[in-house]
Amino acid sequence: MAINQTMTAELFFQQVPYILPEITLAAGALIIMLIGAFMGDKGARLVTWLCVATLLAAGSMAVLHMPPEQVVVFSGSYAADGFSAYAKLIIALTASSALLLSIDFLAEKKLDKPEFPVLALLATLGMFIMVSAHDLIALYVGVEMQSLALYVLAAYARDDAKSSEAGLKYFVLGALSSGLLLYGCSLVYGFTGSVNFDVIAAQVADERSIGVVFGLVFILCGLAFKMSAAPFHMWTPDVYEGSPTVSTAFFASAPKVAASVLFARVCFEAFGPLQKDWLGIVIIMAVLSMAIGALFALQQTNIKRLLAYSSIANMGYVLVAIACGPEFGPKALLVFVSIYAITSVGLFGVVLSLRNAEGERVETISALSGLSRSNPLLASALTMLLFSVMGIPPLAGFFGKWEVILATSASGLLPLAIVLILASVVSAFYYLRIIKTVWFDEPRMAMVPVGASTTLTLTGATFVLAALTLVIGLVGSAASIAGAGFH
Amino acid sequence: MDTLPILSILTWLPAVAAVLILLLPQIIKSPEAARANAARWIALVATLIVFGLALWMTLAFDETNPDYQFVERADWYGMIQYHLGIDGISVLLILLTAFLMPLCILASWTSIEKRVVEYMAAFLILQTLMIGVFCALDIVLFYIFFEAGLIPMYLIIGIWGGKNRVYAAYKFFLYTLLGSLFLLIAVAWMAITAKTTSIPDLQAFGFAKDAQTWLWLAFFASFAVKMPMWPVHTWLPDAHVEAPTAGSVILAGVLLKMGGYGFLRFSLPMFPEASNDFAPFIFALSGIAIVYTSLVAFRQTDIKKLIAYSSVAHMGFVTMGIFSGNEQGIQGAMFQMLSHGVISGALFLCVGVIYDRMHTREIAQYGGLVNRMPIYAAVFLLFTMGNVGLPGTSGFVGEILTMQGAFNVDPVTAMVAASGVILSAAYMLTLYRKVIFGVIVNPALNTITDMNAREILIFVPLIAAALYLGFQPNIIFDQTATSAVALVDAFHANFK
Repeated sequence: MAINQTMTAELFFQQVPYILPEITLAAGALIIMLIGAFMGDKGARLVTWLCVATLLAAGSMAVLHMPPEQVVVFSGSYAADGFSAYAKLIIALTASSALLLSIDFLAEKKLDKPEFPVLALLATLGMFIMVSAHDLIALYVGVEMQSLALYVLAAYARDDAKSSEAGLKYFVLGALSSGLLLYGCSLVYGFTGSVNFDVIAAQVADERSIGVVFGLVFILCGLAFKMSAAPFHMWTPDVYEGSPTVSTAFFASAPKVAASVLFARVCFEAFGPLQKDWLGIVIIMAVLSMAIGALFALQQTNIKRLLAYSSIANMGYVLVAIACGPEFGPKALLVFVSIYAITSVGLFGVVLSLRNAEGERVETISALSGLSRSNPLLASALTMLLFSVMGIPPLAGFFGKWEVILATSASGLLPLAIVLILASVVSAFYYLRIIKTVWFDEPRMAMVPVGASTTLTLTGATFVLAALTLVIGLVGSAASIAGAGFH
Repeated sequence: MDTLPILSILTWLPAVAAVLILLLPQIIKSPEAARANAARWIALVATLIVFGLALWMTLAFDETNPDYQFVERADWYGMIQYHLGIDGISVLLILLTAFLMPLCILASWTSIEKRVVEYMAAFLILQTLMIGVFCALDIVLFYIFFEAGLIPMYLIIGIWGGKNRVYAAYKFFLYTLLGSLFLLIAVAWMAITAKTTSIPDLQAFGFAKDAQTWLWLAFFASFAVKMPMWPVHTWLPDAHVEAPTAGSVILAGVLLKMGGYGFLRFSLPMFPEASNDFAPFIFALSGIAIVYTSLVAFRQTDIKKLIAYSSVAHMGFVTMGIFSGNEQGIQGAMFQMLSHGVISGALFLCVGVIYDRMHTREIAQYGGLVNRMPIYAAVFLLFTMGNVGLPGTSGFVGEILTMQGAFNVDPVTAMVAASGVILSAAYMLTLYRKVIFGVIVNPALNTITDMNAREILIFVPLIAAALYLGFQPNIIFDQTATSAVALVDAFHANFK
């Protein structure tokens, strides 16, 4: 722990290794953008692969340079620790899978321009900053960097009215939430005299002023919007449905990890002494998210909207983990959110593979009917992913829920666990409905070769993800190391 | 490890066979019929090997040793361990599972025509999970096997079931899921409190009295649904009616036993005081289950539904025996579980025989079968009598012992339960008369053929088991006695 007020050149270079992943992403994004500009649209595929390579390099760097204990650099504004390293790895992995999924989709829609992968790279840079943010400035910069890139990704299919609408809606509501966030930050700064998390924590531990609590509420609301927790979830179904499916696959995975890790860090590090104040807010958001996510999904016929509500419910489970506090929460949060993000990309991979008899892409659940006949492998992958997100053992999703329930027991929040399981049973119903459509219903159109034209990239990414849901031990032990590094 | 990891082999061999079957379509590009045949044979051979191994394991099992045997232990995930082992309570349930599986595969030989490859794979995976439930000595591992069984069973009911299969599959899945998630919360709490998930350690931990009460209720929520006990039994008739024949056999024969096994393995040893407090409650539910579901069974028009309700009634004897907390009761409950596994499995197979021919389970559609199917009539009679609890069949032993056990604790419940025996005679004999005797009214029955060699082959082991257990019940009690006595002693040690 080092909070340095004066910055010498020597000190600066000592601290650089801790932000190597971010430097890699930023430099990579700039160089790749130039390459894209020179090569034009025909370079889209190469640019995507370069972006994937950059992401993987940045992710592995974050893990390789992980300090054994938390190190705070650049005048206390930036934290490098196991918690952020783990989150960065998951963000990099899910973001690069989403990029791999995008290649064919964008080529088919004639949207294969180099901007898409570069924007995704910039959004990922924002997420990296979010998970390491250790003062309010870094927090805001990270959030905005991520959000601005995501707004463009939502509106990426600019000739499509729905996509433009999604982008606009996302932008307007996102701007509102950024305003809330910024207002909260300014209140906290005004009442504590600092933007640094450690100083804020020390200040509020001494004296709990109502102004800080006010600021805290605004910050949490702003962040809840970014992670699409109820009651700030309204944008999610519309944006998920309207955006090009690859953008949705991206929204549903990496940004969720970043937003929930940031939410946890703000609660635990900056406002740890105010646990009494934020606990109630987090619990209410958790219960609402689980209830709304579970109940509203029942009526959905569009699979993207359904997955949107499913993500709201899952953010509710994440909030349950955060409510368990800094001692038990981090490990549960990391295990749960990483498995959720991976499963989520896989599910969208399947959605991307669906076509009807005419070869057009479809998004309704009923279009899945009889998929197990026409494409048994795709159907099996989808089934595994759904049982995983339902939390049925031995699939990975079970271990995520197990960790969360374990954390609630340890921190004495059992009533929250009961709400969680009730929501799980209701959610199980709509996931089962998809499985029913896939396995029990007769194919609507005789033996449609669904996904036959999708290439190796797409099925490959899906299957790696499906296989990952079976390998849990790695995720768990990594998360427990990362979570234990938190204080 | 110096000895053969027999439990791991038993558990995972079927899963390996399932993977083999699923890879078949990729390996041989032959026509669908050939692939289906290969799947059938692989499944049959795999289940027969498992049965052979299970038999060998039962013989090698030292019944005088109350400790867990064939123990395998390795670290797995956090505090969860891959910890397997068996005692007198689980050894015979594993044997029962291994015994019923080849019969199920044979029974599905021709009746399953579509998606044979997936069907056989689903059954083999289910077998892995069932054996895993009985072997697991880590409570989370137990939970994983216990809950994972929902997936193949949901698919079996939903894909190969009858007309109303989707409804039944949902009901089965959601009912059981809700019950077992309460169990999960309790397990998490126990893991945090006791800092271990090992079943033997948890049995020795001694939870506080207040905690026992709600932990017991959480476990009860799960096992009572699985068992199933009145009033949470309503998923069972639907699931049974819609499931394919072999699915019903496994459901009645093995899956229901997981509830009883759970009470014996967890509720009684881990929460003895709560079990004692709740015993009158269980007795009341068991008494109601026995009488009420017997009466309901009497009014059924669907043969499978009738047998399903009769299963609920017979499981009432099991819960009554378990919570009487004495040796007769627990031994009787164990015996009743095994015997019911054989008899109800056989009854569902009997229904399957005529369903395959007539494609209806309506009692009214039948009558006078004795004229056309004499062998079938004899087989069906034997298992009808077994279900009624006629002395000489295995059904008698379990009922009399559980009633004896309950009588020592609560004579009224024992008497109520005894009336259930009469009621079961009433509905079973009525069923038998309507289906088998009389003259043939339905013209479609005029051409019905008697059982073929394959079907007879399925029933021979079942008949042998039902009669042998009826005349020589000691072969069961010898195996279970030591563990049952240890369980009872440990249970009563809490109240001295």
